Amino acid sequence: MILAIASGKGGTGKTTISTALAVAAKQKVNFFDCDVEEPNGMIFLKPESVTTEQTFSQVPQIDKEKCTSCGACESFCQFNAIITLAGRTIVMNEMCHDCTGCGYVCPNNAISFNPFKIGEINRGIHLSPDGFEINVVSGVLDIGRTMSPPLIRQVKKDIKPGELNILDCPPGSSCPMLTAVDGSDYVILVTEPTAFGLHDLSIAVDTLREINIPFGVIINKSDIGDSGVTDYCKKEEIDILLEINSMPEVAKQYSEGVNILNDIPEVTEKLQKVLEMITTDYCEVV
Amino acid sequence: MKEIVVISGKGGTGKTSITASFAALAGNCITVDCDVDAADLHILLNPEIKEQNRFISGKLASIDSDLCIDCGKCKSKCNFDAIRQKDNKYYIESSLCEGCGLCNFICPAGAIKFESRDCGEWYKSETKYGPMVHAKLGIAAENSGRLVSLIRDEAKKWANQIDCDLILIDGPPGIGCPVISSISGVDGVLVITEPTFSGIHDLERILELTKHFKIDTMVAVNKFDINTDNTRKIKKMCFASDAKYVGKISSDQGMVNAQMQGMSIVEYGNSKCVKEIENIWFNVKNWVEQ
Repeated sequence: MILAIASGKGGTGKTTISTALAVAAKQKVNFFDCDVEEPNGMIFLKPESVTTEQTFSQVPQIDKEKCTSCGACESFCQFNAIITLAGRTIVMNEMCHDCTGCGYVCPNNAISFNPFKIGEINRGIHLSPDGFEINVVSGVLDIGRTMSPPLIRQVKKDIKPGELNILDCPPGSSCPMLTAVDGSDYVILVTEPTAFGLHDLSIAVDTLREINIPFGVIINKSDIGDSGVTDYCKKEEIDILLEINSMPEVAKQYSEGVNILNDIPEVTEKLQKVLEMITTDYCEVV
Repeated sequence: MKEIVVISGKGGTGKTSITASFAALAGNCITVDCDVDAADLHILLNPEIKEQNRFISGKLASIDSDLCIDCGKCKSKCNFDAIRQKDNKYYIESSLCEGCGLCNFICPAGAIKFESRDCGEWYKSETKYGPMVHAKLGIAAENSGRLVSLIRDEAKKWANQIDCDLILIDGPPGIGCPVISSISGVDGVLVITEPTFSGIHDLERILELTKHFKIDTMVAVNKFDINTDNTRKIKKMCFASDAKYVGKISSDQGMVNAQMQGMSIVEYGNSKCVKEIENIWFNVKNWVEQ
């Protein structure tokens, strides 16, 4: 089972909900922090014996002996990552999308590929209070790197299809979010009942419908705004899985890097019911 | 002309509410919403669209199943995992296609079309606080970074035409492609953070980013009273780095109420945080002008 937690709008509580779900599951869980630009999952899950692996994309390297500056690579590259200038071919690593196409079009075999560091993947194990292992895998994009999708794809390589995999996804509805939710059995959209929450939710809904992934909604801080989100979900026939009121103590503890949602029995119970519904209705193998 | 961008690293810290308030306080300025895949500034500024344009950018590959010989070469070479198989037919998952053109180049049957891609719309509008340039990235579309660059360029052109000396940008969350497009070459970045562990963690990364690109950076703390110790920590972080601390804002239900009325908190009024936002704007303006 691959369960992704996404949101459209940022700051609605994706990480709070996804880490609470991982603990509430009361079984072995693989937790993936796919919000590689601003990963916060490890703040709350605090895994032990963390190992770090560097991750790379492939960028072209030009063999000056063989290159004739014919410009074939430059004109092929859709990302303006290669420029031929005054008889020299220059690669701008930052712009490269790692498609390796230039290597195929070069008539002189002058292009090979070099690793270019884009970030790191941290792995560790968090033992839940009930004694279940949560394998935490967290991608961290290097500062100044533009391409989060290749790193997200590498983070997701640790997904184990037969087990429960929970993905904390990046906000928005563009490439990073699309790369993160791709292949999920189900997406939980975490929103808040405000005008911004509703607007960004509706974009996320359109996006998931476009790519055909089933989803439901959790309304966080359900008492701060109005009924716009609820009305929208009813009209669109979208399941509201859970509503959680804003709780000052939860916010206070969150600010210290502690998620106490699991300490509130009724919330934990509800999260378990949500998980049970999703795993029975949307997946053959849990 | 000065360009100021409001970003946050972490999402949901109040960027848009604060940008809208600045627009109300600034008077003569052009606002730009660069959070193109979750654009919300229009909800507070109620723009009247004067000009609507398609955003055609990059390319998209598609497979003509009549010509496809099912060799699978494209699938094996696609680095974006965008070529899929259903009922023994290959197809391209357009939401994942980055438009590199490799499949089109290597297909032995000429079965792959490679055409310009419609990635959304962008608008030139009028609001009660002046002109606004904004956009809507297409559903499951690519090229958000390019759309950000485009609307920033359009705002600059417009500012030159009408002799406007300030462009105010509402930026996206994160530190990746659209953020870098939003901050490159601006005169000042204002980071809106919150006094939480996550907020601080994300602030550290965004300060590294602006340092990397050598952009003058200011920091304001929203909902500072959630955790005053952390607010103090953030202040210290600013002193320790080159970032300028420009003020703090109280938690205020008025902020949500104003949003629900479709206006900025400054316009909504009767709220304790209005004074605080006015102070921050004063500091931001002074700092950028120096």
